[in-house]
Amino acid sequence: MESVASTAKDRLIKSTKRKNHGESSGKVIVTLAALIIIAATLSMTIFLSIKGMQAFIINGVNPIEFLTSTEWNPTGENPEFGAFPFIFGSLAVTLMAALIAGPLGIGGAIFMTEIAPSWGRKILQPIIELLVGIPSVVYGFIALTIIVPFIRDYSSGTGYSLLAGIIVLAVMILPTITTISTDAIAAIPNHLRDGSYALGATRWQTIWKVLLPSVMPSLWTAIILGMARAFGEALAVQMVIGNVRDLPGSIFDPSATLTSIITLNMGHTTYGSIENNTLWSMGLILLLISLLFILIIRFLSARRKI
Amino acid sequence: MRKKMKLLLTAVLVVMSLGVLAACNSESEANNSEKANEKETSGSLTISGSSAMQPLIAAAAEEFMSQHPEANIQVNAGGSGTGLSEVSEGAVDIGNSDVFAEEKEGIPADELVDHKVAVVGMAPVVHPDTGVTDITKEDLIKVFTGEIKNWSELGGADQKIILVNRPDSSGTRATFVEFGLDGAVPAEGVTEDSSNTVKKIVAETPGAIGYLAFSYLSDDTVAALSVNGVKANDKNVQSGEYPIWAYQHSYTKGEPKGLAKEFLDFLASDTIQEGLLTDQGYIAATKMEVKRDAEGNQSKK
Repeated sequence: MESVASTAKDRLIKSTKRKNHGESSGKVIVTLAALIIIAATLSMTIFLSIKGMQAFIINGVNPIEFLTSTEWNPTGENPEFGAFPFIFGSLAVTLMAALIAGPLGIGGAIFMTEIAPSWGRKILQPIIELLVGIPSVVYGFIALTIIVPFIRDYSSGTGYSLLAGIIVLAVMILPTITTISTDAIAAIPNHLRDGSYALGATRWQTIWKVLLPSVMPSLWTAIILGMARAFGEALAVQMVIGNVRDLPGSIFDPSATLTSIITLNMGHTTYGSIENNTLWSMGLILLLISLLFILIIRFLSARRKI
Repeated sequence: MRKKMKLLLTAVLVVMSLGVLAACNSESEANNSEKANEKETSGSLTISGSSAMQPLIAAAAEEFMSQHPEANIQVNAGGSGTGLSEVSEGAVDIGNSDVFAEEKEGIPADELVDHKVAVVGMAPVVHPDTGVTDITKEDLIKVFTGEIKNWSELGGADQKIILVNRPDSSGTRATFVEFGLDGAVPAEGVTEDSSNTVKKIVAETPGAIGYLAFSYLSDDTVAALSVNGVKANDKNVQSGEYPIWAYQHSYTKGEPKGLAKEFLDFLASDTIQEGLLTDQGYIAATKMEVKRDAEGNQSKK
């Protein structure tokens, strides 16, 4: 009797011990991972802020002029640093790409989840996933070879245009929007659908009046995440947008984005020079606007209904 | 649960062993540079800078390493600005640039020693259907400043002129503006950095004009223009008749020593100057009959 009790006790202690051991080491590992992520993000933000402010503090570039002036001429006799055309270009391609990819992506998501959940999803899902895997330089190259000549043939310009950038970005952010929208719509509990049908609503009425309103915040999150990706994309856009410093008059005119100006000039400028510093300032603006996107997403997630 | 723990532990172990491997690697690199002091044709050398020069320097480095298996030379691109910055910081042994260090802001040019490795000629290039093969400098300036808008004004086809520029900070642009346009500021046009992209755009867009290094003129997808009746070729650059050219500089911080000196001597040797360099479309620096200083003044050698 006694021996059995002692072994049971031993076993109990042993298992408690082992459990504790696993608990603490697991805790250390995940805490470490979290700390590294936090440290990396914080240090990058601080570094970028310091570098980005140098143009204003050390080189004396007027921040208001930097944000609003349309004159960009860093190498002239009287260098001018107005980055407004690039900020405008970045926002314009991002918004218009979202305008195209948003309805397309959400439409695809509804098709996959509500209209043809079995075969639709089987076909569309791998196609969307394939889009994610295509490197951005390949997108750029395809656009340079197909979209740019196409626009050239049907407009008066060179083909290098806002429109070309918008089309490339719309395709690139389509997977982000579709995937997140699909997950959101698929997560709607079935009783909402059943309730709607029970009231005599048709399938389309159910989708339009019940399902979409209930996942609206998630759909907005999907679109804004897509916009964040479009905003930061550099290579593919740079290849087709033309990179001029003038404000575009129409979507057929060439334009430039913050990212394309940074990638074009970064390697040629010397560290610490005023031109290099203004490129860092553009990087800081990119970060701040991305931060704004994230804030909007957080705000929307807080409003999520289901 | 336990399986997951195991997986996690394995992952941690893999990461750690990778770290150890990396440490071993850097240790052996350290050993290499120590050896450089003992024996001259071994050790390691890092080079960065001008992406236009990268293929030439990388090919030369490969040849050098096949002759001296103990030497390890790493050639990175990154742009002239990066090369100049890194060599003046001491981060690399040699910094390549296609402009004089004096022309770049924030570079202590007096601390750097200039080694002119090669000369590269640049030509205005147009779409082959333009119908123009020769242009006066005056007209070239008018074309690039937007004063002449159609090729028919120069006796060519009735095609709108489309400018293809380089970014403001590009060395190719600086050279072309200084010696091709006499300093006139080009009007806005499509701006691309890579020579291959510029070539593709000019070749595919009717009416397009851009500028390219001679090494990109090997086929007839784009047509090079003569300037003031002088053909854009190596001979005319060497004699000083054709104005649009630039040195390809390799800068070292202070006088080069050891492996860096050996490699630079190798670059200046006839094997490279008359072989590899000419094959890649550059012009041998040793063959130039004229020279130019940082202010752009040209004189007989």
